Amino acid sequence: MPRLNSPAELEEFRQEILSKRDANRPCITICSGTGCHAYGSEKVNAAFEAEIEKRRLEAEVDIRRTGCHGFCERGTLVVIYPEEICYVGVQPEDAAEVVQSVKENKIVDRLLYVDPATGKKVIHESEIPFYKYQNRIVFGNNRRIDPRSIDDYVALGGYSALSKALSQMSPEQVMEEVKRSGLRGRGGGGFPTGWKWQTTRDAPGEPKYVIVNCDEGDPGAYMDRSLMEGNPHSVLEGLTVGAYAIGSHEGFVYVRQEYPLAVDNLTTAIEQAEKYGFLGENILGSGFDFRVKVHRGAGAFISGESSALMTAIEGKVGEPRPKYIHTAEKGIWDRPSCLNNVETWANVPLIINNGAGWYASIGTEGSKGTKIFSLVGKVNNTGLVEVPMGIPLRDIVYKIGGGIPGGKRFKAVQTGGPSGGCIPEQFLDSRVDFDELARLGSMMGSGGMIVMDEDTCMVDTARYFLDFLADESCGKCTPCREGIKQMLGILTDICKGRGREGDIELLEELAEVLRDTSLCALGATAPNPVLTTIRYFRDEYEAHIKEKRCPAYVCKELVSYYIDPTKCQACMICLRNCPAGAISGGKNKIHVIDQSKCTKCGSCFDLCPPRFDAVEKISGEPVPPPLPEDERVLVRGKE
Amino acid sequence: MDQEKIDQILDRYAGGEGVLIQLLLDVQKELRWIPKEAVQRISDRLQIPLSQVYRVASFYKAMSLKPRGRHLVSVCLGTACQVRDGPRVMDRVRDVLGINPGETTPDTKFTLERVNCLGCCALGPVMVVDGEYHGKMVPAKTEEILKGYD
Repeated sequence: MPRLNSPAELEEFRQEILSKRDANRPCITICSGTGCHAYGSEKVNAAFEAEIEKRRLEAEVDIRRTGCHGFCERGTLVVIYPEEICYVGVQPEDAAEVVQSVKENKIVDRLLYVDPATGKKVIHESEIPFYKYQNRIVFGNNRRIDPRSIDDYVALGGYSALSKALSQMSPEQVMEEVKRSGLRGRGGGGFPTGWKWQTTRDAPGEPKYVIVNCDEGDPGAYMDRSLMEGNPHSVLEGLTVGAYAIGSHEGFVYVRQEYPLAVDNLTTAIEQAEKYGFLGENILGSGFDFRVKVHRGAGAFISGESSALMTAIEGKVGEPRPKYIHTAEKGIWDRPSCLNNVETWANVPLIINNGAGWYASIGTEGSKGTKIFSLVGKVNNTGLVEVPMGIPLRDIVYKIGGGIPGGKRFKAVQTGGPSGGCIPEQFLDSRVDFDELARLGSMMGSGGMIVMDEDTCMVDTARYFLDFLADESCGKCTPCREGIKQMLGILTDICKGRGREGDIELLEELAEVLRDTSLCALGATAPNPVLTTIRYFRDEYEAHIKEKRCPAYVCKELVSYYIDPTKCQACMICLRNCPAGAISGGKNKIHVIDQSKCTKCGSCFDLCPPRFDAVEKISGEPVPPPLPEDERVLVRGKE
Repeated sequence: MDQEKIDQILDRYAGGEGVLIQLLLDVQKELRWIPKEAVQRISDRLQIPLSQVYRVASFYKAMSLKPRGRHLVSVCLGTACQVRDGPRVMDRVRDVLGINPGETTPDTKFTLERVNCLGCCALGPVMVVDGEYHGKMVPAKTEEILKGYD
């Protein structure tokens, strides 16, 4: 493949690819995102390839391994084009039947998604409720392309935004377009992207750098991973357009090393883009030069912070610095550096192709476009969802997410990762955008949305986040290093039944100090999970402190397991499986837990057959004394 | 032997600016830990003070200054795994292996680590052994899986 030297050559090449492709020819697409990969999509793919080969169908049916489709709950996902027939939970054994059905133009009924609400089977992907209410303008192409094939990306119109920007627009016009679109940073802060670009462009000093932040450290968020793995060219295209607007000729992509597939696919994409002339010297004959390097992160949450990330790129310990001088002015090696999140960059080609007006027509007054959320935790349909800004939280959790599993009660949604907060039921009708989430005491963050039900303890959740942050604090500034530790100590005490009156107020006081005096956002926002849980779930804190009771039965020290002697059928299952040997009993002898030996692992509770349902959790009250020895004989068949 | 491997890695990065982290990651991958000799060698060849190489190597989670076991067991305690009983999976693995996170079994068979999100939240709770993902884990299943490694 020779380099493409002009927009016209790109168009010609695109037509050439399209002319070789028959849109009506069946194509079996197999999701190979990390979720499906864990389900064994590798084997599914091999089975399909073997089947096609066996039947000598290579010339009639295509196979494509794509990036993440989003509905990770039901992997491995297989979609048959052009009809978009969607099969869920596909196993290698199913390959023969599916290939046969494609040949005969039939449908494999048993692999279709069943809508739990109606009990009906759904044939087409777009009709599945999980997908139906989404608007996948950024994430949607993931399912249509093989991330290792630049031709797939070009066939779908890829690099036309770059071509348009370079040949028809001045850097200033590109900048204006992005400003007018209202695009705000998707990584957490929500800073207006165009203005950030402008600051870097205007800052004195050469060279200028542009950076992709793919150090997705927020626990519970994985949209950047899936975009980078599934559609790396869209990120590269956005970055190159940005570099042109800013006047930068060198870019970095910072990817955490926990995402090896993202590193691989990105590296391949860069090589291909260089070969085709979308990167390198004189891109598409425009005279504009731009190169990109990949930098692997080495496992530090703090390195996702902009100034810390830039020091890490310099090869140093990734610690933040005070930002009275913005990184946009003095970043990597003290040069002007513009850092945006993966998703932000991936939005740029859309804006250039479709115009700022189109983009700004999606979303709310202050938040334009769509946002990808990772909808996870206690929700039926877990996965990645892309929705327009301003959608009610309730629609995400119930219409798309299918509600809470097991008939449990919804308790809260946690957004914004360790810097965010927990939003309770009374705000389920709030519209999700940057400003509304901030008003509720939480934040958009990078888009993690963790659903919690009645079995989640909110005090333990707050403790969990502080434990995470204590572990990840770099230790450079005292308020963060020591303050988080002190708050964690208090919360741990509360969870262990050692809480004291006044602890809540003390937590609030420490929170204020952290917020006002920490060096970077990690410390300043660290109290958010604590403050929102105190604000909305104060009663749970009080139950722990005053009654030594955990209402969700989570905090080990406050929970005891007890076998109800009227229900126990002496089946020996819990007794055999107790790793602590704490259960006594025998055949026809009612089982009893020795509370002094019990490690509260919960195995007995998990394993007691539901038809007996004899094991109970108790909190805040004493465990009833065990039955006297002579009453423990189980008399069966009594009235 | 190790010296040779370290030199090969160093040769790959000759002359580059800010390569220290990338280099140490490669040493970690190759040797599964970063021995003292490697820190010394990198310091000598790159003309970076020993203390600075050590500081980077001890700061990042992906780098280990202690030898690791043959199999790396990672239990995810990201938020999604946390609310789906991840801590109980961790407790059980800890009991089965008899070590705490960050430690290696005396026979150097397993190293246990706690990770804060692997980005496959839909499968939580997740345990990864040598890069192989085990999703929707229950505590009772962990022992069986770990038995499969020698």
